[in-house]
Amino acid sequence: MAIANVAEPLPLLRVRGVEKRYAAPVLTDLDLDLRGGEIHALMGANGAGKSTLSRIVCGLTTPDRGTMSLGGEPYQPHSRRAAQRAGVQLVMQELNLVPTLSVAENLFLTDLPGRFGFVAVAALLARAVEALTALGLNELDPRTAVSRLGIGQQQLVALAAALAHPCRVLVLDEPTAALTSAEIELAFAHLRRLRAAGTAILYISHRLEEIRQISDRITVLRDGRVVATQPAADAALDEIVRLMVGERAVGALDQRDHSPGDVALRVEGLTRGKRLRNVSFEVRKGEILGLAGLVGSGRTETVRAIFGADRTHAGRVSRGPGPPLTIAGPKDAVRAGIGMIPEDRKEQALLLSQPVRMNMTLAVLPAFVRRRWWIDDARELRAANELRLRLDVRSHSLNQRAGELSGGNQQKVVIARWLLRECDVLLFDEPTRGIDVAAKIAVYRVLNELAARGKALVVVSSELAELMALCDRIAVMSAGRLVTTFARGEWSEDAIVAAAFSEYAGRGDTARRGRVDSC
Amino acid sequence: MLKPPTAADRGDSPAVRSLPRIAEYLGLMAVLVLLVALFSALSAHFFSRITFTTLANQIPSLTVIAVGMTLVLIAAGIDLSVGSVMALGSAVLALARVEWQLPLSVAVALCLAVGLLAGLANGFITVRWAVPSFIVTLGMLEVARGGAYLVSESRSVFVGAAMGRVGMPLPVIGLSPAFILAVLVVFAGEVLLSKTILGRYIVAIGTNREAVRLSGIDPRPVVVSVFALSGLLAGLGGVFHVAYLESADPNSGIGLELSAIAAVVIGGTSLMGGRGSVVSSFLGVLIIAVLQTGLAQIGATEPAKRIVTGAVIVAAVILDAYRHTLGNRREHD
Repeated sequence: MAIANVAEPLPLLRVRGVEKRYAAPVLTDLDLDLRGGEIHALMGANGAGKSTLSRIVCGLTTPDRGTMSLGGEPYQPHSRRAAQRAGVQLVMQELNLVPTLSVAENLFLTDLPGRFGFVAVAALLARAVEALTALGLNELDPRTAVSRLGIGQQQLVALAAALAHPCRVLVLDEPTAALTSAEIELAFAHLRRLRAAGTAILYISHRLEEIRQISDRITVLRDGRVVATQPAADAALDEIVRLMVGERAVGALDQRDHSPGDVALRVEGLTRGKRLRNVSFEVRKGEILGLAGLVGSGRTETVRAIFGADRTHAGRVSRGPGPPLTIAGPKDAVRAGIGMIPEDRKEQALLLSQPVRMNMTLAVLPAFVRRRWWIDDARELRAANELRLRLDVRSHSLNQRAGELSGGNQQKVVIARWLLRECDVLLFDEPTRGIDVAAKIAVYRVLNELAARGKALVVVSSELAELMALCDRIAVMSAGRLVTTFARGEWSEDAIVAAAFSEYAGRGDTARRGRVDSC
Repeated sequence: MLKPPTAADRGDSPAVRSLPRIAEYLGLMAVLVLLVALFSALSAHFFSRITFTTLANQIPSLTVIAVGMTLVLIAAGIDLSVGSVMALGSAVLALARVEWQLPLSVAVALCLAVGLLAGLANGFITVRWAVPSFIVTLGMLEVARGGAYLVSESRSVFVGAAMGRVGMPLPVIGLSPAFILAVLVVFAGEVLLSKTILGRYIVAIGTNREAVRLSGIDPRPVVVSVFALSGLLAGLGGVFHVAYLESADPNSGIGLELSAIAAVVIGGTSLMGGRGSVVSSFLGVLIIAVLQTGLAQIGATEPAKRIVTGAVIVAAVILDAYRHTLGNRREHD
């Protein structure tokens, strides 16, 4: 490309004065330049307008005002199809794959090769193999149904689907949220190849470290405006966080006394087929125990087994010195004072179409009862409102539907549910997944506060930095076993990662890692 | 980060919250009034006391069955067996009265018990083997119908005055005790749904059953209760049906489940669960009844009646979907 050699390269995609408002303005007078051959990170708190901007670029939303040009030509996509024809591709956080169709069919869903209305299977498979190989997914059979793939592989297939078509501009909205570190490396290697080929990549993510690793420039949005665009190499993390959340003080986490009390939860020999093998640990009052490990290593299975969400084959759970609990289902766990914040808040925790207030009080309704049967509206409302203020849940009212809140606020609503219930043991499964920095800090504060009040916490997280900031101890899981536990001060990132891989030695996973390195 | 409470926060008071619900009733009532006005204009005899009392005394069975159906649909289930269960209950009731000469109260209790048992079976099988209620109640539809034929030996049983005055118009007001009872059931259903824990759980389960389970609430007893209630109300429908017709026909109630679903859906209850209102379903029953009576009075043929009724059902659902997206958009802004 000729323009790539000019000293100040012309932007491939130029966005000028774009505005979009629903009831309140979402984007205001927004300018953005995306150069060919750059990876441009777009950052901002939830609600800053990142998704709206990416939707406008990809033709899913029409701006109220403003212009765009693509390669010097005016660019006004009125549908995603039009944007795709112009070479603008999108990979969203929420996968739009058809689970029952094969990988190959999903890759070319919009333009299946066909003849007389029948799919030309041989041609389709050939094209699919080509597209998958380009992403290093040589081992994936394109005839596999998408529903049989893990979430990480599905994400890679979605990426492959976008890249299987002519691509001048690629918009990625949280593409790595569900990927393991090996898969992220695979995706990054491919993004770098695309960049070298002159593609402009707009990269939306909450993961600061990741952005510094992959991107060339960073644009920070706040309240629908660009507050800064700077080279990624110059960006300091705390500076970016400050730009994203504005003048609000971020502050360090409240210091908490790290001297736990008596044992609050004892888990012995928890076993569930090959997914959980003889997992034992203890958590004390006022202690936060982190569960680290790769996706699929048994962390989620462990907390679900304790909570009675899945059946286990063997193992005992007890509250401190007490006798073993009989936990046949979540109901028994809750009765024993154990609460769980599940991994997928939309599918497993929230009633999306119902009011915030109903979501908050779901687990404690019998506490708001008059004469055995009747819900005491006034008391319920008071309790919900107190929680809303305490956790700073941002909603128009307690009657707003939970599905309309941002991810961070949704998570606060789920946490509120268990605060009302006053559980002594709380199991958090990826409590900060997909929520913005400000909301993450708010969640950390809540966790710290709960521990300071003597609750015993188990926190599953894929972000090591998060666990190392929060926890008193970190237990590392690998292939269904709890391989080691580090106390505060004993751990290092390298040691935790090494432990996380330890049980996979000599298996398929290392083979896959080897392939990553060869990319 | 902290925001002082705004005017919107104060909008949380229960009185303000129930406003949209009242608006929902107004929409359905407007449709009802329009239909009445239309038929009054088309037919000289339509707008009369006798039309309305006759109409009211025809609908108690459908009304109570629609109440049960509303709860089942809100809990994201479906009950296809109600028509057959009503027929089975009717047959048992008629036999108890006529053949076994049991007192009215005992016969009625038997009929209700039959409905309750059928409903319990539906609910229990649904949760115990985690099978779709569509299939379970489709099976019950056949079983109960077969049972009705078996009990009645496939004959219509004449009951006559043995049902007392349950289905007969009361003097002065011209409405039957059955109609008044049915209206009470409607209000009881609405109160159950909006004011009690069970009602809240029903809505929650219809919205996201797994989330309810992971909140420490066992959804299974709730689901069983909902189906049991639907069965019980189908039994009650049987009592009203026999009282009104003064006989029990094992072929009665064929397709009644579809009329009930139609009424519930016209009332705006979601087939996907999690959203609905019992009072709205009652308005849906009234709309269907007015439509049927009015069409008959202006001399529409049976085929024409069915075509118009079908079109109205689909139109009502389109309207509801449209209104719902509008509402969503407004809230979203």
